[in-house]
Amino acid sequence: MTVALERFDVSMTKARRGVVARSDRRPWTFYLLAAVFTFYVAALYGPMICIYILSFQDIRGGLVFPMKGHSLHWFVDLFTQVRTGDVKGSFDRSIKLAVLVTVITLVFSFMAGLAFRRRFFGDTFVFYLMIGSLVAPGLVLGIGVGLLFQWIGIPASWYTSALGAQLSWTLPFGVLVMFAVMSRFDGAWEEAARDLGASRWQTIRLVVIPVLAPGLVAVALFGFTLSYDEFARTLQTAGSLNTLPLEIWSMTLNVTSPSLYALGTVTTIVSFVIIGVCIGAIVLINKRRGIRAKSH
Amino acid sequence: MRAGKGDIELAGLCKSFDGVTNVVDGVNLKIPDGSYCCFLGPSGCGKTTILRMIAGHEDPTAGEIVIGGENVVGLAPVERRTAMMFQSYALFPHLSVRDNIAFALRVRGQSKAERYKAVDRMMEKVRLTELADRLPASLSGGQQQRVALARAAITEPRVLLLDEPLSALDEQLRVQMRQELRRMQRDLGITFVHVTHTQLEAIALADIVVVMEKGKIKQSGAARDVYASPRDRYVAEFLGGQNVLSGKVEKIGEDHLVISQPNRSGIQVGVRPNARIEVGDKIDLAVRRDDIELMRAGASGLENGATALPSRVLAIEYQGSFVKVMLDTIPDEDFVAYIPERIFFRDPFNIGDVLLATWSAGRARVLA
Repeated sequence: MTVALERFDVSMTKARRGVVARSDRRPWTFYLLAAVFTFYVAALYGPMICIYILSFQDIRGGLVFPMKGHSLHWFVDLFTQVRTGDVKGSFDRSIKLAVLVTVITLVFSFMAGLAFRRRFFGDTFVFYLMIGSLVAPGLVLGIGVGLLFQWIGIPASWYTSALGAQLSWTLPFGVLVMFAVMSRFDGAWEEAARDLGASRWQTIRLVVIPVLAPGLVAVALFGFTLSYDEFARTLQTAGSLNTLPLEIWSMTLNVTSPSLYALGTVTTIVSFVIIGVCIGAIVLINKRRGIRAKSH
Repeated sequence: MRAGKGDIELAGLCKSFDGVTNVVDGVNLKIPDGSYCCFLGPSGCGKTTILRMIAGHEDPTAGEIVIGGENVVGLAPVERRTAMMFQSYALFPHLSVRDNIAFALRVRGQSKAERYKAVDRMMEKVRLTELADRLPASLSGGQQQRVALARAAITEPRVLLLDEPLSALDEQLRVQMRQELRRMQRDLGITFVHVTHTQLEAIALADIVVVMEKGKIKQSGAARDVYASPRDRYVAEFLGGQNVLSGKVEKIGEDHLVISQPNRSGIQVGVRPNARIEVGDKIDLAVRRDDIELMRAGASGLENGATALPSRVLAIEYQGSFVKVMLDTIPDEDFVAYIPERIFFRDPFNIGDVLLATWSAGRARVLA
């Protein structure tokens, strides 16, 4: 925060130096806006940071400040104690489910992106139908999906009904991101490929996918993170075995130790690692193109 | 007699996108093997659609496209052995120059070593060897065009189709790349079909210029014929360099016509009238702008049969080798004389001067 303010300060001084020489007084609005901004950042990250800090207490640790010692005790506790819940199992399921959701979202969004470049019968209807499921309240939608699967006779579990419920959330998002990605795709590339003798499949494999690669990584990232922390739609559809967010939620009801906080820290790290990998991939793709573009 | 391998024949070619209006409307044309043909016309005249139909990216609604004696309608571009150069080149942004050029060989399943050998030869030919590992985004417009050309030429097409290939370049480069296109065409010895809306480009490059309007061919022929002898007002005005006078025929002489305009009559124009013209007809006449000579009012020495129209100077533009003098000879229409610089400055006119715009007998032509 202070860093941000200092930087702000420096740039302000720089900006002003050109206009009015030696003016030390800032308008009162500067202090007001700085206070609002500080409060905003504190409100945004404060609670999370509290949890991360408290998860590093030692065995005497409690759920509230002040901090009692520091150790990795609660992280060990998290994975060894049965009473804290099935963290390992639910984490495992959440990752598998997120990967499944990511793959389906990616494939579907890519194909929808290709399809929606042209007008087709009922395209507007299909589009609004898709947006509709974004707007629908997640909890209600989850109950509906649960009921539907029960009625069909498929037992509710994380890889059937929960998968379906999560897709109703990730697919529209993925498709919307894909639209943005496709808007920068020039159809002449496909025509050029065809002109040079590429089959349809070769065109997709050698031209369309490589050109769109950074955008596809972004769609995958969306799919994964939306699924990984999905709660509302999964609540009524996961069946007897919990996903990680559901497990955390049930732990808040019966676990009263900092291992709950340790879990928060671990899941955040996993999220950040995945986001980091994806952004790294995009940067790498762009950089590879950029470096080769700049060399010489 | 066997037809040359890269000659193109369009017969009754039509294209309609909505089933109502024909974007291309009954086009018939023969393009000989190894010639440089330019389709010229304003945007929306159907020239690009014709190109795309020859390329196989669009199917004709009616008519035939014959290349080398074979009807190619329905064939894929590769089977036609045509290659297209796209307007913005459509180079693959993720592939290096070498891989862009190698693309056609790659999809044919040639091994890396094999295709790179062919590509390296091609790059040498078009002077791209130094840029082999660069990506399209880092190339200048002219370099991109050379890559696009090489990428199309590596398939050894019998016809190369170019869609406004110079429009993405700035003025100076355009003139330079124009020469390069012509040189490539001679080197490759194949038929080039080039679409443009710039008349200078067309007449500078083409063996055959095809002037189009609203899906129809207005005139086609050698560049010089089309420029010097436009068939009608549209072609004359589109190609430029001509003054077009229109009027009603009052009298037909042996070597002249007398025409009248709404607010001026008795304009005697030296022109050989053709048999179809009758008194009372509305006709268009064309005179090349560089055939006009300007004389001070009242000057003597007008040759026999020459036309002289009193005019006032509206504007003067210095163009380097010549001076462009705009006159009010025809009310509400442009009338321009291109006077060689040396002649003009011997006795320069000023804006507002009244003078005679003259041309010798036989310089005016009757338009259809």
